[in-house]
This record gives sequence, structure tokens and C-alpha cells, in this order.
Amino acid sequence: MTIQEIQNEIIDEFSMFEDWEERYQYMIDLGKTLPLINEKYKTDNNIIKGCQSKVWVHADLINDKIVFTADSDAIITKGIIAILIRVFSNQHPKDIIEANTSFIDEIGLKEHLSPTRANGLVSMIKQLKMYAIAYQTQLQ
Amino acid sequence: MFPINKIRKDFPILSRKVHGKPLVYLDNGATSQTPIQVIDVIVDYYSNYNANIHRGVHTLSQEATDKYEEARHKIQAHFNAKHAHEIIMTSGTTESINLVAHGFASLLKEGDEIIVSALEHHSNIVPWQMLCEKTGAILKVIPMNDAGELVLEEFNKLLSEKTKLVFVNHISNALGTINPIKEIIKKTHQVGAAVLVDGAQACPHLKPDVQALDVDFYVASAHKMCGPTGVGMLYGKEAWLKKLPPYQGGGEMIAEVTFEKTTYADLPHKFEAGTPNICGGIAFGAAIDYLNAIGLDNISKYEHELLEYATKKILEIEGLKIYGTSKNKTSVISFNLEGIHPYDVGTILDKMGIAVRTGHHCTQPIMDFYKIPGTVRASFAFYNTKEEVDVLVEGIKKAKMMLS
Repeated sequence: MTIQEIQNEIIDEFSMFEDWEERYQYMIDLGKTLPLINEKYKTDNNIIKGCQSKVWVHADLINDKIVFTADSDAIITKGIIAILIRVFSNQHPKDIIEANTSFIDEIGLKEHLSPTRANGLVSMIKQLKMYAIAYQTQLQ
Repeated sequence: MFPINKIRKDFPILSRKVHGKPLVYLDNGATSQTPIQVIDVIVDYYSNYNANIHRGVHTLSQEATDKYEEARHKIQAHFNAKHAHEIIMTSGTTESINLVAHGFASLLKEGDEIIVSALEHHSNIVPWQMLCEKTGAILKVIPMNDAGELVLEEFNKLLSEKTKLVFVNHISNALGTINPIKEIIKKTHQVGAAVLVDGAQACPHLKPDVQALDVDFYVASAHKMCGPTGVGMLYGKEAWLKKLPPYQGGGEMIAEVTFEKTTYADLPHKFEAGTPNICGGIAFGAAIDYLNAIGLDNISKYEHELLEYATKKILEIEGLKIYGTSKNKTSVISFNLEGIHPYDVGTILDKMGIAVRTGHHCTQPIMDFYKIPGTVRASFAFYNTKEEVDVLVEGIKKAKMMLS
């Protein structure tokens, strides 16, 4: 599936939720299932720095596609990362770089884009795209 | 009876909704809300007499100057300073602390010692670290115990003739502990050193008497006392303020300027370079009037009842731990749910309209002490109610259910 198709699928799923509780419960459950990062990658170098919760992200290039693994010490943050990984993992670097992320608004998580959320989506997306740019450069 | 219903009507923001639910504002330790009496003063200033002070001969400038100086006198009276010129208007506690740290840079020499408490806010640690780097002075730390109290026996051991300064907060922002500053000041003076007390967290709850305390420097921020952000004060004993060099160069702080030499203005203007936050200063005075009209004794009595009620209710939640359990504390409850990150709890509470602070509260050393990433902090003000405590308790229970 393309990034856009996955995003549409997520929008569809979230449209079934009636209120914030169902939305957050879903993200919390997603957080619990997040494929954890290999312990050896949970280093300070892989931390997306923020003052609220810790987030580690690692990226591998496998068959010209990027595979992301991640973890956080906060469960809602993990849920958010799980959604991002579903969208961006196993995609070509170029597609990740060019991806539009307006789906976040549509699934009611806009508040996590606020700069006061130090581990907000903004810095995570930025980090994923940075990996994509780095691998894209390698591929060229 | 504490007139809680009447008081709540003074705060327009308390009637707003967040995520469709009535706001329950429990982040008063970060900033207090503003009553209409203070908002009116701000509107009146910009509507009727906005002008630069201490300069113009015109009516507006004179009116603004009078009001601004009147505010300084209100602050002086509130803190019982001996002279109005011992009150320096600043942008807040952080600037007040930096002003003193800057001043001491010229008084310290290598090997001198500065003592800070383990309960300090980052703003109270960083300036001293910088000062030590610059002067070769050594930073010592008063340790804390499990209850979040300073260990005075250890403090006594740290004091010596090398001690030049002691910095301690009156009340810890992360835990709410009220520190025994009177004793600390007395002991420090016995070795001839000076004491700076950070009163940012104390002033919303009690009325410090700087002369009775015999404190050398005391600092506070208006925005934690129902005033606006961006304004605060430094109280310094006259003798100390005369000894310290000016903090910033600029207008207002000079008496005479020639290319050969500049003569500094008298106190307090020596430390007040440039155009100050005039409206903020005047509103600070109005906030002090507001607090005094209710009475800080009444406020502190009511908040204590609220704290006792909240502590009892919150402790009924299984797996919840409170950090900071001193008998001597203000209306702050810092806690964690077992196995759950404070950020997650704060996020769920926000969805329910409840504003709390999560994180390390700019006190990483305290969090390191307890080996936790942070806490959820509910800090109560005199306009909070027992009903709001109940909403918080239900919110925590729901967060626990969702996150476990």
C-alpha cells in the first residue's frame, strides 16, 4: 500500500470512534502492541529529545525501503509512534520525504502537533523524514 | 466562611470550558489566574494613561509614573521592606536571581562557596553554576530526605567562613515543602554570608515579612500572585543593593553621562535600566491589593483544608504515590500512578478539562533523587473547590483504568 492509502485507511478507522475516549483507548492499545526497538538501539543517540517522555527511533534500509522501529516510556506516545510507523515503515525514502501528513488533523490528534508537546508529532515526523533524506542520499 | 462562590466570580477564565468540560485549573504552581479587578487595571492603563514613566513632563507620563511608584510602595508594604527603594522591579523571579548572581560575580573569589538547596528550580541552579565557572567559587548542595525536606544537620556542616551566599526557595515548586528559611537565614548570618530566598511559590500562599526574616534578598513573580506575566520583584537590603554593581546599562539607570564617566542613579533606578513593564508593575500592585482584600491568612487556611481533603481522597486510589510528604507543605500534590508515565496521565486529564502539570517541573535533581522521569503535579489555589478535587480524583481513576 502507498503512504496515502494507509493514511486513508487510518482515517476510516478513526471515523468509527464516537469520542475522545475511544480514540485514546485505541492509541493506548496500539502502544501496547508496538514492535519494540532492539534494546541495543535504545541509546541516547537515537532519542528524540523532549522534556516530557523519551522516544527512541531506529531506521534500517532493507531492499531500498526504510523499516522503522521505536519505543517510548509513555504509552500514548507509543500509540502515536505506532500510527506513524504504520504509515511510514516499509516505504521508499523518496515517498516518505514527499508524504503529506494532513491525516493527523483528520483523526483528531491535532493537539499533539502543538509545540508545547515536546514529544509531539512534529518532532517525530521530522525525525522520520530526516532518516528518509539520509537514506535517499545513500541510494543516489 | 471563606467566600469561595464570590471569589470564583472574580475570575472570568474559571467559567470557560476545555474539550467541552468545565475547566478545572490545577496548575497554579506554574501560573495563577487573573481576577477581573486586575484585568480592569490593565485595560484602564492602556485606555487612559499609557505613557513612558520618569521622563515626560506631560500629564499622562506623570499619572503613569505616580501609579507605577504607588505599586512599588504597595509591594514594599506587602513585604514589609524598610524602604521603597529596596524594591527593584524586574521581569520576574528569574531575572531577579540573575541580577543578584551578576552582582556577586564581582564580590566572589576563587575558593569561596555558594550553597544551594537540593529542592531548587533550574532557574535557581543555573545562574550559580555560571557564577562559579566565572569566579572559581564552589557550589555546595543541601541534601533532601525522602519526605522532600532539607536536611538541616547537613546544611550546618556545609556552612563555614568560606560561605558567601546561600540560595534556597521558600517553598519547593515540585513538592510544596515549606523550607525553614528563618533558621537557615539565622545560621547563615552567623558565618557572615548572605541569603537569597526564592519566594515565587510562597507568595501566593503566605505573606513574607522580610524584616522579621532578616533576609538579605527575596524574590517573587507577579504571575503566580494573580498578577500578569513578565513582572516581578527583587527585595534587597539597602546595604547590599548599594554594594552590588548595576545589572544592565541603559536609560533610567544613570544619573549623569559624559564620555569620561557615567554616574549611576540612586536605588532603585540603578537596577532598572530601560523602559520597564509599566502596566505589569501597576497590575502587580493591584494583584497584591486583591490578595490582601481576601487576606493571606484566610487564603492559607482555606488552601490547607483543600490540601488535606485532596490528599486523603487521592491516597484512596490504589497504586498512587505522593512525592513530597512533609508536614510543612502548601497546596501542592505531586504524584505518580504505579507503572504509568506522568505524561500519559496528564494527557488523559486534559481531555477531561483538568489542567495539571506533568514532567520534571524544572527540578531534574529532585526527580533523579526519587529515580522517576517526572510527576503529575496538581497545585491548588484559593479559588479551587472540593468539588474540583472530586473531579480530579475521578479523572485520575479514569486515566488509571484506560492506561493500565
